[in-house]
Amino acid sequence: MAVLLIAEHNNKELRPFTLNAATAASQIDTEVHAVIIGQNSENAAKKLSELPVVKKVISIEAPHYENFTAENFAPAIVKLAENYSHIVCSANTFGKNLMPRVAAHLDTSQVSDIIKVISPDTFLRPIYAGNAFATVKTNDAKKCVTIRPTSFEPCESSGGTATIEKGEAGEEFSNTKFIKREEIKSDRPELGTARIVVSGGRGMQSGDNFKLITEVADKLGAAIGASRAAVDAGYISNDHQVGQTGKVVVPDLYIAIGISGAIQHLAGMKESKVIVAINKDGEAPIFSVADYGLEADLFEALPQFMEELNKLNTIQK
Amino acid sequence: MKILVAVKRVIDYNVQIRVKEDGSGVVTDNVKMSTNPPDDNAIEEAVKIKEAGKATEIVAITVGEEKAQETVRKALAVGADKGIHVKTEGVLEPLAVSKIIQKIVEKEKPDLVFMGKQAIDDDCNQTGQMLSALLNWPQATFASNIEVKDNSLEVTREIDEGLETVEINIPAIVTCDLRLNEPRYASLPNIMKAKKKPIEEINVSDLGIDITPRVQQLKVEEPPKRKAGIKVANVAELVQKLKNEAKVI
Repeated sequence: MAVLLIAEHNNKELRPFTLNAATAASQIDTEVHAVIIGQNSENAAKKLSELPVVKKVISIEAPHYENFTAENFAPAIVKLAENYSHIVCSANTFGKNLMPRVAAHLDTSQVSDIIKVISPDTFLRPIYAGNAFATVKTNDAKKCVTIRPTSFEPCESSGGTATIEKGEAGEEFSNTKFIKREEIKSDRPELGTARIVVSGGRGMQSGDNFKLITEVADKLGAAIGASRAAVDAGYISNDHQVGQTGKVVVPDLYIAIGISGAIQHLAGMKESKVIVAINKDGEAPIFSVADYGLEADLFEALPQFMEELNKLNTIQK
Repeated sequence: MKILVAVKRVIDYNVQIRVKEDGSGVVTDNVKMSTNPPDDNAIEEAVKIKEAGKATEIVAITVGEEKAQETVRKALAVGADKGIHVKTEGVLEPLAVSKIIQKIVEKEKPDLVFMGKQAIDDDCNQTGQMLSALLNWPQATFASNIEVKDNSLEVTREIDEGLETVEINIPAIVTCDLRLNEPRYASLPNIMKAKKKPIEEINVSDLGIDITPRVQQLKVEEPPKRKAGIKVANVAELVQKLKNEAKVI
């Protein structure tokens, strides 16, 4: 039986993590079908059909699918499920909200947030915010799996010519009403997907001082992160929190400034490819995970850092 | 209005996790345990709604071994009125927990069920959504703001793109994000008072549901260790290393 990939999109375009989820799906089974549920989403469906790993697209359209409400999506997916061995989606807020609803309807124990496909029924997944890795084997006939997008490369996005079939819409769930979506408009990249993250901790001493971080982040085209201590102290809002109880980030470069490196913070960033720590306490635990550590007063180091960055001819974006 | 709040006992978020040498799991003996952090937000929100005069009763429920009851006791100390402890042993999957809570919902008939968005031990992020599917109730996951209306809630949800607002009719399930509120600490007098509040104990075998695990945990291991880094002497050297050695800027 084939794998059913649930596409994430905004009715116009595919959302980028759909490509990472498609890669994971193709590692489970080469026969990958993708379902796209929305309203006026023909263009996104066409894009989906162009992914070479996708062999067939099922497009389901109805006005009540416009806002991706899980209560509406789940029954439509459950109806398709009988033809598939696996149902796969990314483990971002879209997939996290939707997949357990599908799994419960199918009486299946979901496997969340996998980082590796070991075999079609066995997966590697982080637990305790990545402080341990568990190898798990699911014995359910139907397998509902969400994948951690940053652990799989995006698949090729062109060259495929899958057929697009129309699927049958389900009933509307009347007890949930979408009101509005406010997308945070920022020139900075999103914390969860940024190539570079610059984070501040309690060492910043005040919310005002975070402007030193903002300057560096803007120069590098980076997202801004923070430790729980900085959030708790009110220096910055909670949506910047990196750590076990905040966001888990895996950027190419993570710069930790004035962050001591509490366990729960390390859990959210230690898989980053390159880690820099700037801290005046040479014994701070953050240095144990840093590729490059600088023992210095951040209020001297950050202006110097800006100066040095300004001297560079080019900065990768 | 009656609110059922589900709480889970987990290893405290400040504890360094150690993997057992035989790869069978993580060490939990003699390790500090606490209520799962976003479950504290769930309790806090229920108490705030009651204090605002919009709820009449808060029931805290946990599912698990003997000591899991501590989390219910803590919920009682911050304002829950009554506790329920469904006693189980061994591995519990979110699907099993949601089936257990479904049974309790049928008996207690709450108008709302609150819980944390995710437990910080297994990081599954499933139970609220599964319960909502089993009950065919609306769900609002990752809630960062809740407004109680006449027969509905207006909930702001934290999503990857920003914020989403939904209106869900009661009865409904809400899973709570850390940004929802600031959980209070229990005062000593309230901790004493909580000792007198009732906790109903239920054996899971009396609920007549199959909670056999479907997913086998074959092995638990340490994540790959990072190789030791270097200390740089100054900012100029740092920038030079990032540019020419790591090639990341």
